[in-house]
Amino acid sequence: MKRPSRQSRPGLSNGVASDASVVRLLAIGLAAGVFSALFGVGGGIVIVPLLVAVVGLDGRRATGTSLAAIGITAAAGAVAYGLHGDLKPGAAAIIGVPAAFGAVAGVTLQQRLETRTLTFGFALFLAAVGIRLLL
Amino acid sequence: MEILAALVGLLAGVLAGLFGVGGGILFVPALVLVLGLTQVHAEATSLLAILPTVIAGAWRQQRYGNVDWHTALLVGLGSIAGVEGGVQLAKALPEGVLRRIFAVFMLIVAATLAWRALRIKQAYSSNGD
Repeated sequence: MKRPSRQSRPGLSNGVASDASVVRLLAIGLAAGVFSALFGVGGGIVIVPLLVAVVGLDGRRATGTSLAAIGITAAAGAVAYGLHGDLKPGAAAIIGVPAAFGAVAGVTLQQRLETRTLTFGFALFLAAVGIRLLL
Repeated sequence: MEILAALVGLLAGVLAGLFGVGGGILFVPALVLVLGLTQVHAEATSLLAILPTVIAGAWRQQRYGNVDWHTALLVGLGSIAGVEGGVQLAKALPEGVLRRIFAVFMLIVAATLAWRALRIKQAYSSNGD
């Protein structure tokens, strides 16, 4: 596996984690796991800033690494909820499979659009849905 | 109903990719408001539904050399210890309370996005979660 050189903290030099950094990463995972299962989300909003602030990854690498970690987190959360009998696999497939194709289209669109104004619109939309759920 | 749900999923995926947020923040309200699931069932189902998107995203980032697998594995392993706590907490909270806490979380994400748009003039290229 290619491991490009990057600004790394002493604990992660040579790609070998010290005990202290292993503990830090497991602790980030623990917090992300509670958050992810509590809200039914991946937890990138927790993992990405912590990988930047605590581990010293740059933003792009933190984002990619977060996605890979979330694969494990979301699978573990789905299994845990499944064991409690709360999972609806049919609904998950109907929503999740089209979403994967949509996300590819969304990332492509992002390269072509000026997203600043759109992002404000999306933030308003999220806020509106949040308020709808509050009421 | 299934066609509507599939369209909602497709749209949620486009928005997630376009704005760099995860699918979950959109799947949970869609499952509650469109498909009528309870908050707990929606959260459980969202976690399974985000897997295809996350796997596709991680694969793409891997090609750009943006995945530190050793770090991802340790964070992922740590999270396995945390998920049962989150599940227990979600199930212990009354349905209405959990939904309102999730709503507040959505408002925080909305504020974060608005703040990010203010700070970054050009279209950003990161695609978090």
